[in-house]
Amino acid sequence: MTTRRTYENAVEVRGLVKHYGATKALDGVDLDVRQGTVLGVLGPNGAGKTTLVRVLSTLIQPDAGTARVAGYDVLRQPRELRRVIGLTGQYASVDEALSGWENLYMIGRLLDLSRKEARARAGDLLERFSLTEAAKRPAKGYSGGMRRRLDLAASMIGHPAVLYLDEPTTGLDPRTRNEVWKEVQRMVAEGATVLLTTQYMEEAEQLAHELTVFDRGRVIAAGRVDELKAKVGGRTLQIRPVDPGTLPAMAAVLAGSTPDHAAGVLNVPITSDEQLTEAVGLLGARGFAIAGIGTHLPSLDEVFLAITGQKASPEDVRDPDAQDDVRDEDKELVA
Amino acid sequence: MSATVLTRPAPAPAEGRISLRANLRHIGALVRRNVMQIKQDPESMFDALLMPIVFTLLFVYVFGGALEGSQSAYVNYTVPGLMAMMGMNIAMAVGTGINSDFKTGVMDRFRTMPIARSSVLIAKMVVEVGRALIATIILLTMGFILGLHATTGVFGLLAAVALSTVFGASLMWIFILLGLVAKTPQSVQGLAMIVVMPLQFGSSIFTKPTTMPGWLQSFTEVNPLSNLADASRNLINGGPVAHSVWMTLAWAAGITLITAPLAVARFRKKT
Repeated sequence: MTTRRTYENAVEVRGLVKHYGATKALDGVDLDVRQGTVLGVLGPNGAGKTTLVRVLSTLIQPDAGTARVAGYDVLRQPRELRRVIGLTGQYASVDEALSGWENLYMIGRLLDLSRKEARARAGDLLERFSLTEAAKRPAKGYSGGMRRRLDLAASMIGHPAVLYLDEPTTGLDPRTRNEVWKEVQRMVAEGATVLLTTQYMEEAEQLAHELTVFDRGRVIAAGRVDELKAKVGGRTLQIRPVDPGTLPAMAAVLAGSTPDHAAGVLNVPITSDEQLTEAVGLLGARGFAIAGIGTHLPSLDEVFLAITGQKASPEDVRDPDAQDDVRDEDKELVA
Repeated sequence: MSATVLTRPAPAPAEGRISLRANLRHIGALVRRNVMQIKQDPESMFDALLMPIVFTLLFVYVFGGALEGSQSAYVNYTVPGLMAMMGMNIAMAVGTGINSDFKTGVMDRFRTMPIARSSVLIAKMVVEVGRALIATIILLTMGFILGLHATTGVFGLLAAVALSTVFGASLMWIFILLGLVAKTPQSVQGLAMIVVMPLQFGSSIFTKPTTMPGWLQSFTEVNPLSNLADASRNLINGGPVAHSVWMTLAWAAGITLITAPLAVARFRKKT
């Protein structure tokens, strides 16, 4: 726990399978989380994200496949593995009857800290997560955000090498969500390896270095966030003229472009950097005055839609043929 | 990518093992948790604090005159028996406690921590035995106020308390098992009542079984609560104790040997 080991991959999952009756919660999952990075596992409800976290934290055993965390096998070395992980569940897993301080102190003692160390660590973490004032109050009186922060603090007491965040902001209001994000970003800056599951594209975009997209227990796409976006669709070049009145004239020059009068910009779909240069050069040659340019990647919502052929929503039925099509597309994407 | 382990010291032989000392420390931390829970919710102590007072008053004044001719005679008959009943009622609460504990996410956290899974159960038992002892002390205090004589002196009294505690602890395993199997705390309560009521009243706790029909007398004879009530009564009032004490201990051992491993296995399986 105290000596942090060096691995290329803090988490390594190969061919992981977990079935519940006919439901294939995990249906042959492969993934890696490089040390010191955040892997976002993105998918709708029922995609198998939580099952993955539960396997990786030794709460359930897989039917097939292997998973190693910090070099420890989930099946063969569960005790060692438990020493190096931290888990923040979808639902705050603190003892509501206990105060914030009592919760953290208890976990410190369970992690074999001395009384003195446990007290100090509890105090530090309460301070860090802005819970010092509420430290003595029972957690059941905490707001949703405070509870989630306490849960995060609890996960960090043992300085875990690998942290699982299972939908850490589900059900939180935007302000509280931002607080949680800030804390996660800080943990990552301090060197934690994080496996983050989320249903929110925005969250994955904010926090993750790499992304794995789950659908029905399978990985349907994987890569860097921007890579994935670029693969799915081209970028949009946004050109802001000095005079918004020239927008229609500019649109006439560039084929396929659409003026957005409300924003005062011209949107130009592009697929390469050459096209960007070309478009800007063309406008310059015609004497248009440009105040600013920018490129905008498609949102992860659009990414998911493009990959799965459906919106990222749970429990909708697709016909088997359509699903085969999706699988074919995936191969290209993942390849 | 292959599993490239850049630096990995040879694991210490006992890296994953939990030493006895660590285990005791974990149990201590979890006992503290259970005690803090009681502190936050003092009403959860009402059963241990008030039940002995209310039951003693009720039984002594309602049945005393009719059953033994006088309240003071009945106090000496029933209070030792009530110790057995109290132990059972406290033990019942363990089942509902374990069941509702599983409904909270904190159990998941415990299961992802490097602690022995049995320590959660043992901590619960330690606290409940403490609660049972408090209830017994209150019960005996009530008894003395109402005219209980500890004829055999302090050792007989302590022996009776110890025997009730040991038996009560063995009963806890049954209720822990029930708590782990049942779906809701309410169903634990319901199931427990069905087990508890016939055992309590079909026994020698409240009255001598001599006026009961033959089949019920046979039941009271094998009922461990009768054995415990007889044993406590004779340990406090004086009288033959060997048979009832051994029977009680045999029951306690038997119940523990069968239900404790089942409860622990069930607890592991739930994980």
